[in-house]
Amino acid sequence: MESNVLVVDDSAAIRKILQRVLRQTGMAIRTIHEAGDGQEALAVLKSQRVDLVLTDINMPKMDGLQLLAAIKAAPEWHALPVVMITTEGGEAKVSEAVRLGAVGYVRKPFTADQIKEKLAGILEPTLPLCN
Amino acid sequence: MQLEELIVHALAGSAREVFSTMLGVELGSGESFVEGANPEANDGVVALVGVAGPWTGTGSLSCSPQLACRICARMLLTEADSINEEVLDAVAELTNMIIGGAKTELELALGPLGLSIPTVVYGRNFKTKSAIHGDWVVVRFNWEGESFEARLCLGRTEKAAYALPHGSASVSCAVDV
Repeated sequence: MESNVLVVDDSAAIRKILQRVLRQTGMAIRTIHEAGDGQEALAVLKSQRVDLVLTDINMPKMDGLQLLAAIKAAPEWHALPVVMITTEGGEAKVSEAVRLGAVGYVRKPFTADQIKEKLAGILEPTLPLCN
Repeated sequence: MQLEELIVHALAGSAREVFSTMLGVELGSGESFVEGANPEANDGVVALVGVAGPWTGTGSLSCSPQLACRICARMLLTEADSINEEVLDAVAELTNMIIGGAKTELELALGPLGLSIPTVVYGRNFKTKSAIHGDWVVVRFNWEGESFEARLCLGRTEKAAYALPHGSASVSCAVDV
């Protein structure tokens, strides 16, 4: 089944790069939604079916950790997988994200392979694997 | 290791990693030096990221408009002939990654640090100044005939809970760098 992904980053450049990288992963992705901060992301979640959230941490208005906490606190989104993609590579931020329920953490700068590896097991591949 | 050496190592390593990963560009080792608290006027693009915590200051990346366009083109695989929102955003994000990477390395010696959201400036004959009373540690790189500079100015916050590990700096590390 094709998935819908929400990319959250205040940088339009990173959103554009992630759009490209996600299309290159070979995962079955139907739609990639975008949001520039946590508040915009919550608005998208209220109006669209989303199967995975990729979010930056350091953003205006509502940061990625606040967004993660809001998602995990809402019964309708509690099971939604959230992967953090951020320059905040320090142990404290990683621990906080894991404590709040993030399923993965990718540090910027990232490669397409790192994104693909992190999403394996969360999203389905485009074609079934052959034995 | 002196704080200046720590910063040079962190900045240079982070810049090389970010350029290699995001642009596919392998940078050389770069030329490092210390610049006074009142640097010369800038022409071009400067992206600034604030650093906060037991040590506070500012990190930046400065380059010519032409190089900013080239960075954007390589990073986003797009055409970029003149400075626009996309170019400024690309330079800001690249700076965010470079200073973020340096911050992660410096945290091992300085304790937890926070980063601000980047600010980017484009113009002529403007000066940047950090409220920290200290010098800028600068690493200058060359990419295909054009240079750009990554800088960091750090000063220890009053009552800072973290100090450099023993043997890694002299007592004078308490003053601005």
